[in-house]
Amino acid sequence: MRAKQRLLRGLCAAAGLMLATSSLHAAGQYGPGVTDTEIKIGNTNPYSGPASSYGINGKVHAAYFAMINERGGINGRKINYITRDDSYSPPKTVELVRQMVEQDQVFLLFATLGTPPNMAIHGYLNDNKVPQLFVATGADQWNDPKHFPWTMMWLPSYGIESRIYANYILKNLPNAKIAVLYQNDDYGKDYLNGLRAGLGDKAAKMIVATQSYETTDPTIDSQVVALQASGADVLLTAAIPKFAAQTVRKVYDIGWKPTHFLNSVGNSVGTVMKPAGLEKGVGTISATYIMDPTDPQWQDTPEYKEWLAFMNNHGLSANVTDVQAAIGYSYAQTLVEVLKMCGDNLTRENVMKQAASLHNLRLPLLLPGITLSTSADDFDPIKQMQLQKFDGTTWKLFGEVLSGS
Amino acid sequence: MSESLPVGAAGKLAPIRASVPNAAKVRWPCNWPWNWPWNWPWRWLAGAALIALAVVLPFALSNYHVFTLTQVMIYAIAVLGLNILTGYNGQISLGHGGFFAAGAYTAAILMHRYGVPYWATLPPAGLICFVLGVLFGLPALRFEGPYLALVTLAMAVAMPQLLKYFDTWTGGQQGIVLVKPLPPPGLGLDRDRWLYFFVLAVLLLAMRLAANLLNGRTGRALVAIRDHPIAAVAMGINTPRYKTLAFGASTLFTGVAGALAAIVVGFVAPESFSLFLSLSFLVGSAVGGIATIGGAIVGGFFIESVPNLANDVSDAAPWAIYGLAMLLFMYLMPRGLVGTLGPWFVHAMRKFRSARGAPK
Repeated sequence: MRAKQRLLRGLCAAAGLMLATSSLHAAGQYGPGVTDTEIKIGNTNPYSGPASSYGINGKVHAAYFAMINERGGINGRKINYITRDDSYSPPKTVELVRQMVEQDQVFLLFATLGTPPNMAIHGYLNDNKVPQLFVATGADQWNDPKHFPWTMMWLPSYGIESRIYANYILKNLPNAKIAVLYQNDDYGKDYLNGLRAGLGDKAAKMIVATQSYETTDPTIDSQVVALQASGADVLLTAAIPKFAAQTVRKVYDIGWKPTHFLNSVGNSVGTVMKPAGLEKGVGTISATYIMDPTDPQWQDTPEYKEWLAFMNNHGLSANVTDVQAAIGYSYAQTLVEVLKMCGDNLTRENVMKQAASLHNLRLPLLLPGITLSTSADDFDPIKQMQLQKFDGTTWKLFGEVLSGS
Repeated sequence: MSESLPVGAAGKLAPIRASVPNAAKVRWPCNWPWNWPWNWPWRWLAGAALIALAVVLPFALSNYHVFTLTQVMIYAIAVLGLNILTGYNGQISLGHGGFFAAGAYTAAILMHRYGVPYWATLPPAGLICFVLGVLFGLPALRFEGPYLALVTLAMAVAMPQLLKYFDTWTGGQQGIVLVKPLPPPGLGLDRDRWLYFFVLAVLLLAMRLAANLLNGRTGRALVAIRDHPIAAVAMGINTPRYKTLAFGASTLFTGVAGALAAIVVGFVAPESFSLFLSLSFLVGSAVGGIATIGGAIVGGFFIESVPNLANDVSDAAPWAIYGLAMLLFMYLMPRGLVGTLGPWFVHAMRKFRSARGAPK
């Protein structure tokens, strides 16, 4: 029975493929998944499993594209957004993405979420020349247009964030003695390398101590103590929330008072600063690029109000305090902009070309002054962030928007 | 081979069966399809037809479907391994996802760091998982039922973090990206179809080996230990030896399946081997028929396709649909598809044949 069904489905798929290729000849300007009335976009998100809190991204995309469709679509074409649950499991991502590419014939993959799931489809999509646009992960390696011309990032990479700290240190704390605590994997090393690159030839002199931890370590107490003993007066912590919280607390408890730069991966008030003890994190510095929806200073702006109305109109009221929802909204807007730029030339080649020629694209929820720019050899659109200082209750932005390129 | 000798070593069981006066007494565990009461030409024809279907099928399907069928067969091998342990020997394991991961990483590390060809990674993956399984089986001798389930659960829970800890070998969080093997030149097959046939060959070999293991002395000893451990000891069965053997054989199959998964997907990461994978194997095993060989294939289909079908039925609550499918299966076919339909089929065939006056 199943075999028969599969056979039938397979034959249907083959027929569909033939139809699709024949229509491609007729139109000329369209890649797979595009017609005069429709653009098919594929996506995977973890709607279930341990990373399911990120699933809000996919829900916001779907709502945003529905709104665009209600308003007539993009140059008359509606977005058909196919989003599937991969539970953050790489083999599942491979299977779903192959289904979307080979069966559903999507035009491109958009904002697939997570480093491991994206790693698993990286080679496949590039081999088959299917755009993997705006991956939802921040590792430096995604920005590699020479080897992977079909993959583009969106988030400011870890390395860029670290360079921003380096630039700030060079300018404001030129005599700093820097200690670095990092997670012993590619993510942590991206920060360390970014800092080194940002400091340039002063790196060897300024970085006086580095310590790493494994995610399996119970605490990072001994690392913090060792870093303090180095006599450093600046600390850069590249740690995920659990260890970031431990670091903030330990630094305070041993009476060490360095200028503490805390990576954006682990700077959430709810999961880091509160568990650490709010008063212990006062003065900690971090960086961001997007308006925090809980920050009262944005709540009177027209951009925030428009976003709030969008969220409320699409049954997402419960998520209006979630910064991930603001990020998902900005992702969707970026794709809509790129598709608009493509005009009627909706081939996979052209969509990559347009995505690689963003020039100071402004999105409503990015911090004032931050824009998206790409070029043929730079596939990381956001290269600016603004520093923020923790005041015991929230993060307060200070200074100007800084560039990490 | 005489006429009454069926495929595999099932023939050794035939005299016992023949002594059972009432044909309706064919009971679980049922080694269907190995014990079909058919005359041998029909058996061989049916087997040949099934294999012919499996060989022709990939040419009628799209690449994506060939890929999913390959995944089904990989899960079937893993479930087959679990069936040996849980179905035939009665030791419940919630940790086979961990052994699957061990096999996958063995293959990945051998291919990635040492340039070992993909096909040569299967024996070491199986061997390492066999040793791991035996080592794991030794302390497990002291545990029964739910306690053993908890001990094995530890394996499934610990594995992803262990993989992250030994990151110089495993690539940590980032995992290992593998180059997908090229098909041998001259066959005219693309990668997906070549891997399909490669996995199909391993599956057939695995089923044959499992049948040989389970349908003879060893199989009877394993079943005896499951059904009545004290009686088994009284009959002179070396219980600890057979139990550890069952563990090792079981994890060997699952480890080989893991290695195949690494080769076919072309990527391994700790996230690939979550606790849910271990649970999926158990579900697949129960749905297919826990003490059957053919049931493993049904289990593979269930693991691979039901979550997708559930997603097609309802975007909002796919796991509720999945749960419902599981409940339906367990309610309607408590011994799994093959475990329920197999004996029924055997019974029906016997009735049909005796009605025709054919020799038993």
